[in-house]
Amino acid sequence: MDKVRIGNACGFWGDDPQAPAHLATGGNLDFLTLEYLAELTMSILAHQKAKNPQAGYAGDFITVLQSLILSLKAQPRLKMVTNAGGMNPLACAKKAKEVLDQAGIVRRIGYLTGDDLLDRLPDFIRQGIALENLDDGRPLEPFLSRVVSANAYLGSEGIVQLLEQGAEIVITGRVADACLTVGPAAWHFQTPLEDWNTLAGFSVAGHLIECGAQVTGGNFTRWQEVPRYESVGYPIAEISSDGSFLLTKPQGTGGLVNFETVAEQLLYEVGDPSAYLTPDVSADFTSVEIQDIGSDRVQVGKAKGRPKPPLLKVSLAYRDGFMASGTLVAGGGKAREKAECCGQIIREKLRQANALPQEFLVEILGAGDSLPGIYQRNDPPEAVLRLAARDPSKGIIERFTREFAPLVTSGPQGITGYTSGRPQVREVFRYWPTTIPRDLVPFQLGFL
Amino acid sequence: MSQGSTRKTLASIAHGRSGDKGNHANVAILGYSQDAFDWLIGFLSKEKVEDYFKPLGVTQVERYLAPNVRGLNFVLKDVLAGGSSASLRSDSQGKTLAAALLLMPLPPDCPARLFFKG
Repeated sequence: MDKVRIGNACGFWGDDPQAPAHLATGGNLDFLTLEYLAELTMSILAHQKAKNPQAGYAGDFITVLQSLILSLKAQPRLKMVTNAGGMNPLACAKKAKEVLDQAGIVRRIGYLTGDDLLDRLPDFIRQGIALENLDDGRPLEPFLSRVVSANAYLGSEGIVQLLEQGAEIVITGRVADACLTVGPAAWHFQTPLEDWNTLAGFSVAGHLIECGAQVTGGNFTRWQEVPRYESVGYPIAEISSDGSFLLTKPQGTGGLVNFETVAEQLLYEVGDPSAYLTPDVSADFTSVEIQDIGSDRVQVGKAKGRPKPPLLKVSLAYRDGFMASGTLVAGGGKAREKAECCGQIIREKLRQANALPQEFLVEILGAGDSLPGIYQRNDPPEAVLRLAARDPSKGIIERFTREFAPLVTSGPQGITGYTSGRPQVREVFRYWPTTIPRDLVPFQLGFL
Repeated sequence: MSQGSTRKTLASIAHGRSGDKGNHANVAILGYSQDAFDWLIGFLSKEKVEDYFKPLGVTQVERYLAPNVRGLNFVLKDVLAGGSSASLRSDSQGKTLAAALLLMPLPPDCPARLFFKG
């Protein structure tokens, strides 16, 4: 029976850069997918593009592509789909073409745009589309001048069309993560984009593999039972035309695929599991049957889907001041008291200088503070003192970062760990969840 | 949790995973057996979970069931102090919330047959 093998070797920007070459080598894949865009990533990329029009994509992808040269030469039929294009799919595609040209590889590159709504926001608001915050209903308009990025989550249709027109490497901006899998599967089987059950099945596959090794043993509750994390295998979905699939990983790799690792990932970052919304379908994750057939192989099928939602989710972020965080180590006993004292000293110095940040957080890590009030506080011999602050003024946060070093010599005994220099100040791009009617967001295709 | 060192916890009968959605988090708790799942439906109410995470500022909890994976999925509103984009916390993405919930002590009357045997 015809199957399509799709492997995902990147779960977020910052994931293991060697994983794609390993998976391409050992995965026997039809498609290699690479997922780079978290909620916050788009605003960071928008910021980069504002400074340099040729930037704004996931630069790691270019390094990864260089590491894939041998695989692409050895496997002329291997195709790739990635959202590395971020805020600038065209620039990413051009750079990718440069890499391929230099290596003497001919692959048709297709790129997808249309998700970037930033320049259109004032028009939307004039048309009465308020882009309300989904959490509290506030309209966007008062924040408009501070918006740094606004991207609709596109669906799989554009990816399918690019593949249909001969693209072998597909580079997108913001698409729903699962689409990196749904697009190639739907293209391969020529699945009608109204076949909701099948699209739900593809979407389950995409959802399960989009976070890379998180379905192959990463982040697993019984992590002690996971063999060889250092060579963890990234996931492969071997998909059938009805949307069912076998989830596995390359033979001989570390990690673990079983009922429980798959079950945990099925519910990861999910709200109502009976209506998981993507731009392609409303997938019922509770309908899915999962069968562990042994040897790191899990069969998944019977997904049910309902028609796609009329609204597209929009990932939008606005500038909301500056923040920094830094750490010191308190050792030699009474660590909690010493760390508390340091926190108090900094707070008091900043207060006296009239420079106390709007938000100021002291965590004594090791004494139970990462989830304050959940863990019992204790008295460790050593602890990490972590201080974090946010304020509308960059100057206030810069001032805050200068207060760490002096504590080593002018605070309690046994303060150390000031080795990485002053904490970095970064701009805060606060997330604004919203939606937009899908008919307002046409997509465009391009080829190189 | 004060004298909890010898008490069994949720981790004896369930596994879990948590993640973020903006300023909200989801915490999935999955029973190791059908019996454990059935028992958890009665024991692990959304009120109990809301109470457990109250110190983190959670404003509302919804509970969804996924019987196919013996799962109870809790959505915790406003629990991340701003979420990954703006929270000052170390765990701005709620990555540790499931593991923390699995530390919840089980009541003494929790049947021993539910305990995970490995």
